[in-house]
Amino acid sequence: MNWTIILHAGIASGTVLLFATVGEVLAERAGILNLGLEGMMLIGAMSAYSMAINYGNPWLGLVAGMAAAGLLSLVHGFVSIHLRADQVVSGLSLTFLGTGLSLVFGEGLSKAGAVALLPKFTLPVLSSIPFLGDIFFTNQSVMVYVGFLLAPAAWYYINRTRPGMHMRAVGEYPAAADSMGINVYGVRYLYTCIGGMLAGLAGATISLAVSPGWFSHMTTSGQGWIAVGLTIFAQWDPLRAAAGSYAFGALRRLILDLQGPTKLLLWDNPFYYNPYWGFFLKMIPYAFTIAVLVIGSREAMRKRLGTPAALGVPYTRGQRGV
Amino acid sequence: MATTERIDARRRPALPFKIQVEPRMEVPRWLPITVSVAAVLIALVLGAFALRLAGEPHPFKAFAAIAKELFGSWGGITDVLVQATPLILVGLACSVAFSMKLWNIGAEGQFFIGAFAASAIVLTPVLSAETPGWIFIPVMMIAGVVGGALWGFVPGYLKAKFNVNEVITTLMMNYIAIEWNNYFIFGVWSEGGFQMSPRFPRTAWLPRLADYAREIPEFSGLTLHLGLLFGPMAAVIVWWILYRSKWGYEIRLAGDNPRAARYAGTNITRNMILVMMLSGALAGLAGMAQIGGVVRRMQGSISSGYGFTGIIIAWLAKLNPLIVVVVSILFGALILAGREIGRSGISMLIQGIILFALIASEFLLRNRVRITRVREA
Repeated sequence: MNWTIILHAGIASGTVLLFATVGEVLAERAGILNLGLEGMMLIGAMSAYSMAINYGNPWLGLVAGMAAAGLLSLVHGFVSIHLRADQVVSGLSLTFLGTGLSLVFGEGLSKAGAVALLPKFTLPVLSSIPFLGDIFFTNQSVMVYVGFLLAPAAWYYINRTRPGMHMRAVGEYPAAADSMGINVYGVRYLYTCIGGMLAGLAGATISLAVSPGWFSHMTTSGQGWIAVGLTIFAQWDPLRAAAGSYAFGALRRLILDLQGPTKLLLWDNPFYYNPYWGFFLKMIPYAFTIAVLVIGSREAMRKRLGTPAALGVPYTRGQRGV
Repeated sequence: MATTERIDARRRPALPFKIQVEPRMEVPRWLPITVSVAAVLIALVLGAFALRLAGEPHPFKAFAAIAKELFGSWGGITDVLVQATPLILVGLACSVAFSMKLWNIGAEGQFFIGAFAASAIVLTPVLSAETPGWIFIPVMMIAGVVGGALWGFVPGYLKAKFNVNEVITTLMMNYIAIEWNNYFIFGVWSEGGFQMSPRFPRTAWLPRLADYAREIPEFSGLTLHLGLLFGPMAAVIVWWILYRSKWGYEIRLAGDNPRAARYAGTNITRNMILVMMLSGALAGLAGMAQIGGVVRRMQGSISSGYGFTGIIIAWLAKLNPLIVVVVSILFGALILAGREIGRSGISMLIQGIILFALIASEFLLRNRVRITRVREA
């Protein structure tokens, strides 16, 4: 087992979670709970892969994936903003719809052949930093570098800019935001769509960079839901979201590598000698998500902070409410 | 002068008609059912449209042919009912949980663990193969119920004690359940390296109609099994619990108005855990029925996403346990139709559209929408 390789690959697969989680943080900060991440990621992955195969251009695929998921998220937006439906159920239907659409249109894609992937490169100066350079800046996909920029940018946007403040106002106290002349519905649509596009980007990052290909619903294998969980753990902070995503990425990779060596530290590796124990290893990310949620929820209860006050609550002008 | 003109220009409506929305005081009796039927029809049309885009030449013809095949013969009808058997139970599982606004998305996992627990009775073996069926089957049922309830307990406990979002925990428990079963299917119970257990002994099978073909020749080839009876029986019990018992009233009160439920002194923490356990138990029983009545061995592919379909069934039935039974039959046909068409995603796609159409249409139930012509000034 080579720790540099594990962390290197972990950063790459964590980038997927990072995009999805930051997108969900933005949507939830504006008060829209979107549980449809899994569906949007799948539609993003499928559209991106299919576009890249048909036109031979991965960048076109990336745009297609983001556009498809963004459009899909607007369905959720319309139902939960204008029609004021229950956002949990709407998000679930979005998962069904996105999964169904991507399976129907992705039929046959898994045998479609080779595809041009997004480029990988090494950053000149930064890669010579000892240890860290090898993990973060050597031979990574371009999306990984985008991820490095996205998390701090989102943090700055949310906490230090005027539009970011408007977004938070809409998520915390829409009536007050409305009275200040902020277009509550408009802002909510905007961030629902941005959240959707980032989920699509996450999907495209899977199918065109991190683990290339289309494996029907196994392409995401629950990462959309893990991202929803990470959003709560991150307490709606993009930087915490990034840390959580990379940790999860590394964990997923570590689990793959644990079955390889004959010895772990000093002892015989039980996962090597009992290959079926690998199924227990595969449970770890999901069990870990539950653990992380428990930690996040207890912290939120203790500090009484975190959740945007109007999260999941539809806004009607002139009605009493938050 | 100039300013007034500008204001007038801005006030001129963009559309020749005006949409007015006002809250409804009361909902006409015929409206909810009309809306639900319309939701299903819209979903079928949109689903056909998607199929057409994806390369299916005549989607409506295909639908019609399948409908004829499924409802045109006793064989087809019993196949639909076999699909409906687990759906009724998971639909009930979701209805119970949703009545308390607990989003149990984990019926799929509870179904798997129910199937696992029932199989464990046969394969460990807890009971020997010579045990008569009238002991074997009830013990397997109890095991399935307990397994499912246990799988529902974990998210229920976490939600009640630590306010952990149950949507995500129940979903994660699904993935854990699948890996857990895989360990036994691939490893412990694997028969000759295949990814399935040996076939159960006959005493552990739920009796099928076809088993009586010697006495009644018409039954030959009919796959309907005893598990079908579990659903309607459970539906009546759940209906009684929810709408006739004090506990059911507490559950529904906590779902509609948690604050009122708290002031009324009901034990919300305890009820949350119990409701999740009941929900899990029903889904676990569905798993047992599937394993004992259809598959008759332990293997990986025992569910066509039943746990998720249960969510939509519960919603379409407006959480009414008795309507769940009827809606489940419709969805049993839908799942079979998806298989006929041969595109794995199509039934999920149609289910997604149905659910969207349903919750969107609730706006029409709550509000009256009026479209009026705007008179030219």
